[in-house]
Amino acid sequence: MTPVLRIEGLRVGFPNVAAVRGISLSVARGETHCLVGESGCGKSVSALALMGLLPRSARRSADCIAFGDLDLAPLSERQMARLRGDRMTMIFQEPMTSLNPAYTVGSQMTEVLRRHRGLGQGDAVARAAAMLDRVGISAPDMRLGQFPHQLSGGLRQRVMIAMALLCEPELLIADEPTTALDVTVQAQILRLLAGLQRELGLAVLLITHDLGIVARTANQVSVMYAGEIVEQAPVNELFAAPTHPYTRGLLASIPVPGKVRRGEKLGSIPGIVPAIGPGFAGCAFRDRCGEAMAACAEPVPERHIGDEHQYRCLLDPAWRAAA
Amino acid sequence: MRHRIALWLGVLIVGTAAVVAIFAPLLVPHDPFAQNLSQRFIPPAWMKGGSSEHLLGTDQLGRDYFARLILGTRISMMIGTTTIMMAGFIGTTLGVLGGYFGGKLDRVVMFIISCRLAIPLILVALTVVSLIGSSLTVVMLTLGLLLWERFAVVSRAATRQVCGLDYVAAAWAAGCSRLAIILREVLPNIAHHLVVIATIDMAIAILLEAALSFLGLGVPPPLPSWGLMIAEAKDYMFFKPWVIEIPGLALLVLVLGINLLGDGLRDALGAQTER
Amino acid sequence: MLRYLLRSLLLAVLVCLTVLVISFALARLGGNLAINLAGPDASPEAIAKIEHQLGLDRPLPIQFLDWANRAAHGDLGDSFLFHEKVSQLIAEHFPVTFILGILAIAIAIAVALPLGILAALHEGTAADMAIGMMALAGQAVPSFWLGLMLIVWFGVTLHWLPISGVETWTGYIMPAFVLAFVAIPAMLRLTRGGMVDAMRADYVRTARAKGLSRASIVLKHAFRNAAMPVVAVSAVQLGFILGGSVVVEVVFNIRGVGYLAWESIQKGDFPVVQAVVLLFAIIFVVLTTLADLLGAALDPRLRAT
Repeated sequence: MTPVLRIEGLRVGFPNVAAVRGISLSVARGETHCLVGESGCGKSVSALALMGLLPRSARRSADCIAFGDLDLAPLSERQMARLRGDRMTMIFQEPMTSLNPAYTVGSQMTEVLRRHRGLGQGDAVARAAAMLDRVGISAPDMRLGQFPHQLSGGLRQRVMIAMALLCEPELLIADEPTTALDVTVQAQILRLLAGLQRELGLAVLLITHDLGIVARTANQVSVMYAGEIVEQAPVNELFAAPTHPYTRGLLASIPVPGKVRRGEKLGSIPGIVPAIGPGFAGCAFRDRCGEAMAACAEPVPERHIGDEHQYRCLLDPAWRAAA
Repeated sequence: MRHRIALWLGVLIVGTAAVVAIFAPLLVPHDPFAQNLSQRFIPPAWMKGGSSEHLLGTDQLGRDYFARLILGTRISMMIGTTTIMMAGFIGTTLGVLGGYFGGKLDRVVMFIISCRLAIPLILVALTVVSLIGSSLTVVMLTLGLLLWERFAVVSRAATRQVCGLDYVAAAWAAGCSRLAIILREVLPNIAHHLVVIATIDMAIAILLEAALSFLGLGVPPPLPSWGLMIAEAKDYMFFKPWVIEIPGLALLVLVLGINLLGDGLRDALGAQTER
Repeated sequence: MLRYLLRSLLLAVLVCLTVLVISFALARLGGNLAINLAGPDASPEAIAKIEHQLGLDRPLPIQFLDWANRAAHGDLGDSFLFHEKVSQLIAEHFPVTFILGILAIAIAIAVALPLGILAALHEGTAADMAIGMMALAGQAVPSFWLGLMLIVWFGVTLHWLPISGVETWTGYIMPAFVLAFVAIPAMLRLTRGGMVDAMRADYVRTARAKGLSRASIVLKHAFRNAAMPVVAVSAVQLGFILGGSVVVEVVFNIRGVGYLAWESIQKGDFPVVQAVVLLFAIIFVVLTTLADLLGAALDPRLRAT
């Protein structure tokens, strides 16, 4: 079956920085694909690139950006605008500032329905109220008349989710949807998203830096570093057999209750994510990698373990056993 | 890039004006006050009937226009600089006191500022000058004592911002006196805002003086204030437009230069403005 | 909200009172009014007579209280010159100034807002810089000079518009334009700045992600938030325009309140001057209070329950 989203070789460049240097992934219907990485690795930029929401100074190119059968690359801003909010939607990290403070929740929701479905005010309000109810917001009619500043962070994020699903999209891109929320609220939101995904058969591209969220929600995982995907695998496979040194480093730095002994240092990866200027070649992780070799300065090929597990490193899978 | 151009253009214009103002008596080709009724209304050198002896022609009393323009630069620059010094002192003192001490003192300061803003500036300035008598000194004093509100508002806002910062608390904890803190910690850190406000105020002062002189209640004749020159030439403007065009352009260029300087400084120093 | 309103009103009244005192003191600044009125050759008896007539021989605080009391009842005294009630004089002259002011602010808004939005949308391009330069140049133009130049070009050379007075409605065009010219640069900058910030805001990113039309994003979402300070500034600018109307009214020979004030200043008719200063102060205070209220009305976050 055609995947809902398929990207191949996506590149995004800014005047001094190559933010995304050729990533490929796909998301199938009803599947959650997590894009994981540290701050600055280019995951948010990738999402914005897909939606056509990059700033004017950015340059995007790709071998393929396919939304179902539709090629997104040649579409004009106007054509993209028709898709956005309707068949492909996005929710963002900061619910506090992502809603317009000057308009009511209802007004901001109904405008989506009026724009994409041509509904009249009455129908739009009814649909919006129904959606608020579906995302677990009580007293939806009252909420519609409220302003964003009157809602808590968790409520606002629920509103954002409701707004994104109003037109029953095929693809939802969620950029760190729970990072700005309390831990307890995080769990609720993730559960909500999972439930809605099942109901609607949504394809979800979930961007996060939190491996815990990955473990809970992902079907597929892509680990991103400095603009590249360094490892890609189904979630169980990734946690069972992480192969790229960066992935292993990430997993090792999660403190597991019971396994960490007193006085033992928490695992971490020394150094920081480098900014990649134009003309960079080779593995971007080599300055922080314990296994780096001279050959790492050359372009690194993609290696495969079975059908579904890829990683970008010169080391053989066997090195894990020795590590 | 464009900020650099603006800044350097502004520096060029204002710098030239400053030099002209300082060296005016040495630069004038003729005595700006010397009347010669047989030589009235000679057009500028580039027009028909003009001569290179009077580069910008002569006015209705036969006085050399170029010389008057040069002396007028000195007048405008004097007005501008004295105003920003006086107004700067008054306004900054008020603003820093209010911003630093807060509470009741701050409310009093804000009230004073509100009253000042409510007063129609031109009318009051006109009234004062008409009562005391018009002279350069009176105009300088009046403008200096009236134009401080921008300094007050911006220095107050900047002081409040700075006072929230750690190094002020550190100085206080280290036992510095209030005055020392104000002089050593607050003032240097709000200075860049004030510099930009100074340029704005200078431009306003120069335009205001021109308006006052135009209305006859500013700098008295025979001093060649540009505003006064325009007023004196008003009756002849239909037939000899250059007599009002030239001083008007001079005002425009000088004020534009000051504004460019202010804009350039603001971008270079990262200051806020109260426009 | 009510408390805020009451507090604003109280402050406004206090400011007006202070200005009252100031304008009263102003008129008494220049030495003895009676001497000025009586003329240089008047005898001491004549001067004393005038003093007594006008109540100028009473102690100052009494004079002030008397005037304030009468002013509160709408009697602003008599003009020395015109032998009319000051309040009547002002009532006769005010409509012209008012129309001029409203027209000017309307022109300013109609020019500054679209240009500001345009400049923000094309931030950093040549168009943006051109608009910025025009605003800067506009701020440097002396208003009285602009008025004169317009009279020469449009009144004399082209014969399109009347060169003085407001007998016909066309007489309002040039002076209103000159007044607007002064207000436009500040409003343009504010609009541009507000729009640039608004367009970078997260909620605009959300609006784009929702696939809304460009017009909706720019006007409905961004501008609505950028407009708040612009509205406040418009009200204040109107106050400044009215207060500075003297120059334009003199240049164009328009018999408004500014012109009246100027004549009165020149001739020492101080009851009129006092009253006009007070009038402008009250107008300014009213406008700023209105601007505050409008700002609160536009920003839902300020409407505290």
